[in-house]
Amino acid sequence: MGKRSIIPYGPQHPVLPEPIHIDLVIEDERIIEAIPSVGFIHRGLESLVDKRDFNQLVYVVERTCGICSFQHGMGYCEAVESVFGVEIPDRAKFLRTIWSEMSRIHSHLLWLGLLADGFGYENLFYQCWRIRERVLDLIELTTGGRVIFSVNKIGGVLKDIPEDQLRHILSELDAIEADLNVIKKTFIEDYTVQSRLRGIGILTREQAHDLGCAGPVARASGIKADMRKRGYDAYPHLDFEPIVSNAGDSYARCYCRLMEVFQSIDLIRQAIGKIPGESDLSVAIKGNPDGEAFFRCEQPRGEAVYYVKGSGKTFLDRFRVRTPTFANLPGLCEMLAGAELSDVGLLVITIDPCISCTER
Amino acid sequence: MAEVIAPENILEEIELSDLLHVVMTKKKEGLRLSQACAAYVDGKYELSYSFADDKTYQLTTLRVVIDVDAKVPSITEIVPQAIFYENEMKELFGVNIEMIALDYNNKLYRIEEEAPFGPKKEENNG
Repeated sequence: MGKRSIIPYGPQHPVLPEPIHIDLVIEDERIIEAIPSVGFIHRGLESLVDKRDFNQLVYVVERTCGICSFQHGMGYCEAVESVFGVEIPDRAKFLRTIWSEMSRIHSHLLWLGLLADGFGYENLFYQCWRIRERVLDLIELTTGGRVIFSVNKIGGVLKDIPEDQLRHILSELDAIEADLNVIKKTFIEDYTVQSRLRGIGILTREQAHDLGCAGPVARASGIKADMRKRGYDAYPHLDFEPIVSNAGDSYARCYCRLMEVFQSIDLIRQAIGKIPGESDLSVAIKGNPDGEAFFRCEQPRGEAVYYVKGSGKTFLDRFRVRTPTFANLPGLCEMLAGAELSDVGLLVITIDPCISCTER
Repeated sequence: MAEVIAPENILEEIELSDLLHVVMTKKKEGLRLSQACAAYVDGKYELSYSFADDKTYQLTTLRVVIDVDAKVPSITEIVPQAIFYENEMKELFGVNIEMIALDYNNKLYRIEEEAPFGPKKEENNG
């Protein structure tokens, strides 16, 4: 048995996209145990329920994360709408779906770039982020924002996407898809990519299930679960199947996210093809929320759970969001156990960690 | 059109003494712990443990309502990933959870204020 020692890893480290600290118990170069620690950027957003009313809270909640801000705002709104028992107009449902899938594309492209950078393929990193810019431009065109969209309200959405912009989105998606096909070949077939990802950080189906993993991390381990199949927003009208791989390694996690970008493009095309004609974008909400509801949606990083509880007052009694990274941290620790020290940075990236979301 | 499964969320109120038994039952049924959280309402803690069925997309939430000084057994021996949820309940709300498999001792989020979401100090003093 080699000598055991503990290496403190993070919170500031060149390969870490966000501040997380991990105590790595190693024997020679192999990790025996990984103990994560967060808490460097805790903001206490959930505590603002007693300082901001339930309408104002939409803008607080979407600031949970700079990547999936839209879906945070949407998830909160849908939880509150469940408490009120209202159904938003069909066009608003389709608009939420289109913006959700745009968010997924830009989030996955951001991650693919970070992954490429993580295994030293800088040109691939540039290509991913170059394509992502086009998606951000579409988001800016339709919402006015690139990071925080502020188009959700309780009862619907605040902005419409006119017909000419919908046509522009379709033509841009064609160009984005053409660019993606070039990098797809590299991600799927390139020797460098495969040698750095295949067989690294394997998480079996049983482990992923027992550790409560969510989103692409779970689907890359063979769990066919995608919250969009629950049927919220316009997803009941769209044809898709969760993208699953059985390998459970880093390559599988890369494959699932890459293919989900193509899937999101397809979903936006379907949604634009089926979106109802121009109509009201929201329904009126009367009174204050009285009751409680859980709402789950599929964010780019996986299942997010929103819980709201109100007692007929302007201020909620409780708001809570369980983010996907929160669910994937135990899976990360399992992947790290047995891995080589040199793979730690890459494995942390493969769960697409968002510590800002996690700490809220 | 794709087949869509959208079952209702189920809320089961249980006694604290039944918590471990029911959690074990949910695990044996193959359900995944989707989330766990606490709320402090009307002088009591409401603990919610949500279990997800990834085949039917049904979400079942176990609800335990307890007094603020009640001792809650940790479910981490049954569901290991509950470590972070339970540490959060303990640190932010002051829920007295015993025997967490990895207890961060109120240092998960490194906050200065003690149990900011729980009972206020003046409430505790009567």
